[in-house]
Amino acid sequence: MASGNGRGAGTSAARAAVLARIRAATRGEALEPVAVPRDYATRSPLEAADRVDRFAERVAEYRASVSRVAEAEIAQRVVVLARERGARRIVVAPGVPEAWRPDGLELVADRNLAAPALDRLDGVLTGCALAVAETGTIVLDGAALSGRRALTLVPDWHACIVRADQVVGSVPEAVAAMGEAAAEGRPLTLVSGPSATSDIELRRVEGVHGPRLLDVLLVEG
Amino acid sequence: MKPGEPQLRRNLHHATRGIRAKRNAVVAEVPDWEELRAAGEAIKRGAMRRLDVLLEELEAAVQAAGGHVHWARDATEANAVVGDLVTAHDAREVVKVKSLTTDEIDLNQALEQRGVTAIETDLAELIVQLSHDWSSHILVPAIHRNRSEIRDLFARELGLEGLGDDPEELTDAARRHLRQAFLRARVGISGANFGIAETGTVGVVESEGNGRMCTTLPPVLITVMGIEKVLPSWRDLEVFLQLLPRSSTGERMNPYTSLWTGVRTDDGPGEFHLVLLDNGRTRVLADAVGRDALHCIRCSACLNVCPVYERVGGHAYGSVYPGPIGAILTPQLHGIPGDADELPWASSLCGACADVCPVKIDIPRLLVHLRSRVGGSDPALRLMGFAMEGRRRFEAAQLGRVPGMRTGIGLGAWTKGRDLPPPPRETFRQWWRRTRG
Repeated sequence: MASGNGRGAGTSAARAAVLARIRAATRGEALEPVAVPRDYATRSPLEAADRVDRFAERVAEYRASVSRVAEAEIAQRVVVLARERGARRIVVAPGVPEAWRPDGLELVADRNLAAPALDRLDGVLTGCALAVAETGTIVLDGAALSGRRALTLVPDWHACIVRADQVVGSVPEAVAAMGEAAAEGRPLTLVSGPSATSDIELRRVEGVHGPRLLDVLLVEG
Repeated sequence: MKPGEPQLRRNLHHATRGIRAKRNAVVAEVPDWEELRAAGEAIKRGAMRRLDVLLEELEAAVQAAGGHVHWARDATEANAVVGDLVTAHDAREVVKVKSLTTDEIDLNQALEQRGVTAIETDLAELIVQLSHDWSSHILVPAIHRNRSEIRDLFARELGLEGLGDDPEELTDAARRHLRQAFLRARVGISGANFGIAETGTVGVVESEGNGRMCTTLPPVLITVMGIEKVLPSWRDLEVFLQLLPRSSTGERMNPYTSLWTGVRTDDGPGEFHLVLLDNGRTRVLADAVGRDALHCIRCSACLNVCPVYERVGGHAYGSVYPGPIGAILTPQLHGIPGDADELPWASSLCGACADVCPVKIDIPRLLVHLRSRVGGSDPALRLMGFAMEGRRRFEAAQLGRVPGMRTGIGLGAWTKGRDLPPPPRETFRQWWRRTRG
């Protein structure tokens, strides 16, 4: 398709018609803008240390595990978690620093692996763009530390490293921090616990299509 | 579900009560909830006033990010756009993430007529699809089914024999069944919770990960979005990402939110099409009072508090939009006079829906407004109105002296999805005289 405005005359006629209907329905109203009262809190009242505690607590409520570790302990902890989860071959987001990469596991670099290849791996190790304390949310932004979207979607186990200084307090702070990625056209994924459903008799079941197991390594110091 | 089926009503009661309690708990912990609602309402109201400008802005931003934008006046046009795209890519099947908008336009049926199978990948939607059933609740569409029915369904329709009826086991079976579909799909189809004019970003909010699968893995993504879902600015997300999950599933945040802007080299689909759908929305917009129904963010909080919905269930509304919001949205989308004119009467005007609505839609006010618009156009309602105007008429009707009131003659459409119990043979006054209470 050469142009982005649709598939020829049919849809451009539709475009003109829909816009004309809107203008007829709202004639003159664009001149009276609606002021948006933004009297809600845009910053969390939590201090830095409390933010990190709150994040750990909220993530854990989603039945993800949280390990609080020093930077030097990351690689070792990943190995322990991988063993617990029965993961041997894991893909690593390209921006994960050498020091975080464990020995003793088969680490696969992401050379644009196709989904079926990812489906044969046991897990994925990534960092993140930021995290949100009040909702226990991890934000992945498609940059090197987060990796491509498929990496954190197809394998069944996700180990995600969050540095304490990446934790913001509230959703408005997170949305502001994500603005640049959105403006650059990078995809954003907000992850709050492992995938889940309550579709059968409202019973919560963790793990449907995304990773069934989410382990967060929260790095302090 | 027809009222009076006790098992189904119990399921629904359990569901609405459970979600309601969760919602109340996570809303109570947000001290600025009322301020968020006020902002959400104002953002939506402002967006409706300059919908044309915002849609053009959204279109330009999506195109600048490498996406394609299509416009559709109605369901037929939208289905043709999607069908042509799917056919052009030689796809025989597509994977779909739950979308009320595509349900509204009967997209799956339209694709089937072209020989394309649409696979619903949301667990509840899959259950509904396999049982050739309708959704009974926006959020948990298969809530009217219990676990053993689902086990039998999977055995019959998917050939999965020997399954137990444990929800974990059934969910795992669905995961294995759908994983192969995700890996081989050439086209994914989604709805949209919001489209941001400023950046061209489109968002889907979900729990299971099937939304991420559909919007990430297939090389082609088609998103059908109602034109009222446009938000002016990126910053507006800070309001709706708080209002929606807490009102909807009663969580602080839903497990997954995907936000994408056009296409991204080597990450996700190489081709993205956004279909902007009218299908009656501009008709709703033309009613300065009724248009508030377009502010709806599809959280379903109003269903869960509605005493009418809790008793009659989603099917009785005869629409993909049930409950209080459906009672104001469906008649307007279909046009008045039309086939949904009686829905504004499906309410006791108790007002619980307005109290929980995260964007402060004054649903009772709209119900009353629409009742006056419908006027006495429906013969069944005119008959009811006549009979209920005074005690003597009502008693006469009860005793069979007003034709149609006992038998339901002339109430064909009304009784299609509902029971019409005949009034008791004895009037209240007769009963009082006989028993003295």
